[in-house]
Amino acid sequence: MSAEPNTGDAPSAVARVLNLSVVFGGTPVVSGVSFDVSAGRCLALVGESGSGKSVTARSLLGLAGAGARVEADALAVAGSSVLGLSERAWRRRRGKDVGLVLQDALVSLDPLRPVGREVADSLRLHMPLDAVARQARVRELLAAVGLPDAGERMRQRSGELSGGQRQRALIAAAIALDPPLLIADEPTTALDVTVQAQILDLLENLKAAGTGILLISHDLAVVSRIADDIAVMAEGRIVESGPAVRVLAAPTHPITQRMLAAIPADKPRHTALAPTSTDTRVVGSGRNRSAIATTTNDSRGETGGAREVVLEARGLVKSFRRPGGGQFLAVDDVSFRLERGTTLGIVGESGSGKTTTARLALALTAPDAGEVRLLGHPFTGIPENERRALRPAIGAIYQDALGSFDPRFTVQDILLDAVTGGRRSGPAASARVRELLDAVALPATLLGRRPLSLSGGQRQRVGIARALAARPDVLVCDEPVSALDVTVQAQVLDLLDELQRERGLSLLFISHDLGVVQHMSDRVAVMQNGCIVETGEASAVFADPRHPYTAQLLAAVPLLPA
Amino acid sequence: MSELEVQATLSRGERSRSRGRRVTPFEVLAVVVALFLLVAGLLPGLLAPGDPLGIDPAAAFQPPSPAHWFGTDESGRDIWTRVVHGAGTSLVIGFAATAIGLGVGLVLGTIAGMLGPAVDFSVNRLLEVLFAFPGLLLALLFILIFGPGVWTATVAVGLSASPGYARIIRGQLLAVRRSSFVEAATVLGRTRRQLLLRHILPNTLAPLFVLGTLGVGQAIVWASALSYLGLGAQPPAAEWGAMLSAGRTYLTTAWWMSFFPGLVIVLTAVAATVLGRAIERRARYA
Repeated sequence: MSAEPNTGDAPSAVARVLNLSVVFGGTPVVSGVSFDVSAGRCLALVGESGSGKSVTARSLLGLAGAGARVEADALAVAGSSVLGLSERAWRRRRGKDVGLVLQDALVSLDPLRPVGREVADSLRLHMPLDAVARQARVRELLAAVGLPDAGERMRQRSGELSGGQRQRALIAAAIALDPPLLIADEPTTALDVTVQAQILDLLENLKAAGTGILLISHDLAVVSRIADDIAVMAEGRIVESGPAVRVLAAPTHPITQRMLAAIPADKPRHTALAPTSTDTRVVGSGRNRSAIATTTNDSRGETGGAREVVLEARGLVKSFRRPGGGQFLAVDDVSFRLERGTTLGIVGESGSGKTTTARLALALTAPDAGEVRLLGHPFTGIPENERRALRPAIGAIYQDALGSFDPRFTVQDILLDAVTGGRRSGPAASARVRELLDAVALPATLLGRRPLSLSGGQRQRVGIARALAARPDVLVCDEPVSALDVTVQAQVLDLLDELQRERGLSLLFISHDLGVVQHMSDRVAVMQNGCIVETGEASAVFADPRHPYTAQLLAAVPLLPA
Repeated sequence: MSELEVQATLSRGERSRSRGRRVTPFEVLAVVVALFLLVAGLLPGLLAPGDPLGIDPAAAFQPPSPAHWFGTDESGRDIWTRVVHGAGTSLVIGFAATAIGLGVGLVLGTIAGMLGPAVDFSVNRLLEVLFAFPGLLLALLFILIFGPGVWTATVAVGLSASPGYARIIRGQLLAVRRSSFVEAATVLGRTRRQLLLRHILPNTLAPLFVLGTLGVGQAIVWASALSYLGLGAQPPAAEWGAMLSAGRTYLTTAWWMSFFPGLVIVLTAVAATVLGRAIERRARYA
């Protein structure tokens, strides 16, 4: 049916929410939210973090949180009201009437128990089956979610499964009792594109089999693959809702438009993804595109000439000892050249050796063979004492910005430390810190705060500011936006793009997200199992992939319907 | 706590956060005991104006009364006065022994954690040998060599606690050394010295504050145990362990002689533990 509040009878509705509000200690987190989920349909609840989408979904499970006051005109799951249910009553309904799939299966599954036992738990609680029948049912469920060798897998612990397999096991546990409603909270956010595509297919199959799905996501491109209806949330309210086709093709609310504009795939290089006040560029307008065309032509023109190679890797090899003995070849004969002022994107799935390549480029780990040259000087194979003189030329930003800051430091400490090189600071240093904050568009009021109290986007901006402190030529970006919401990701990507053009930065941009890499890169290298399987001009590689693996990756990227 | 955990356990997270902030009655009591000990240690005359060593044979073996709150001992010395005056000795022993333990542990732990696998291996084997003996046995061995006394007892307790601290410091240091912010500082071109002094040590030592608080209580108990065995403070010094030992002979006739020194030892140890845990909890949820 539709996401619009439905006042009439909806016999096939597996979840009904009418005028839901959730208040945490006086602060309204969700207000006036209404929607229906029908059997065999998928409603996507989309919004940025903090928009109230997760709390809304959790209210349907009685898990809104301690201290949450949940009120609604109607809140029904599987045809009966769940308003004011006791914790005891909730326990009888969870799993049976509504299943939940969480983002990270690694923390959602008990690491010490075989996954089969995890899946069997809900059967044990709700179904009068003997042990043998239960085993059989678990095997059947694991097979149904497409886990290969279900019989063997059910005896393994979650740590022995891959990310996609874990997510499948979790879905198996959620559908064990065949609940009419399945809530999937960011079910694919932690997964590689190809695995993500498989999980989305699995959800699609469940939907076809008659399960109603409530999909929570911050990514419109992902939900566009399976959602029938979309409700966009912001600040605890549904700001726009309707059939997926309509919302994606003709969004009416500015927030929806912003989220759509933020999706990087298919947007030409140097297009701003987010509207900014400090910037005159307008998102996706025709005027903008022509401006981009000239920039792109410029850079293409120059690429033909002799640009200075700032970072070069030659035949890098790195292997690690496996815990059980034996060697694991993480990086196998990787070579690349990064030219001044350009971006080299390295794309691949988890375990492909991207991060090891980044660590080698930063000389954080020594290669077994091959070498890295920075600005023409050898950067590896020399003692750290000598390398230190070259270090200012190469900076880095990390996926986990928070973890890359000393937990005792405030923003001011972090930046002063970077500016002064750990030495005593003077007024010049303070001025430089302000300048850096300005460059990454952060207000000076944040100086006294600790990174822990900043938002994800702000943290990454502080990380960028720190990396810029030494005026580097090269910036190694290891999954810099993977932990961010799409709209925040757009802002950070725009910032990197702007800084690159202002300062002539050369970026080594590493990501598992093809859309992001495509948007950011002049050249790309596709990695698989430690090798670069394809490399070339970004436009060429993405338009006409030569290697089957590249083609496979491209096919898995969720795209908005054209 | 990662964002995921918070998401997955919204309700539990909420509760534990408020639990981190709430002050329990036990914590209030522990603070009261700690304040009392501090005042007794610094200004014993304020709480007990009498002389802890002054004898009055006529008033020997008096049970607790308004005149003598905790009673008197075999020489007529006021137990309350002696307990109050003993606080200073116990606190100095407790803090000094913990400081020694932490100091030695810090040196050993830092050497093991920073100077490469060979040194790490050697230090670890040394620590294992030390761990093979119970702490008190090590202390006894030390006193056997250097003779009994308050200061030998203090050093002995400190040294026997140090392997534990060294282990914890080494582990913490290795974890901090591998953390991504140290890596980020390396990328910024920091020297080993800067890394150690600015990032690694401060982040290693922060959790030790909690351990130290717990350790003070432990050290006081150990020092009292040594005094009780006649290896620490010597009679007639007003020291809790020594007093406990002196009262042992008269346990059936004058229970108060050992009961009250024993009570303050227990209270001190419990207060230190409660405070240590309280600090730990707040540090974790801060």
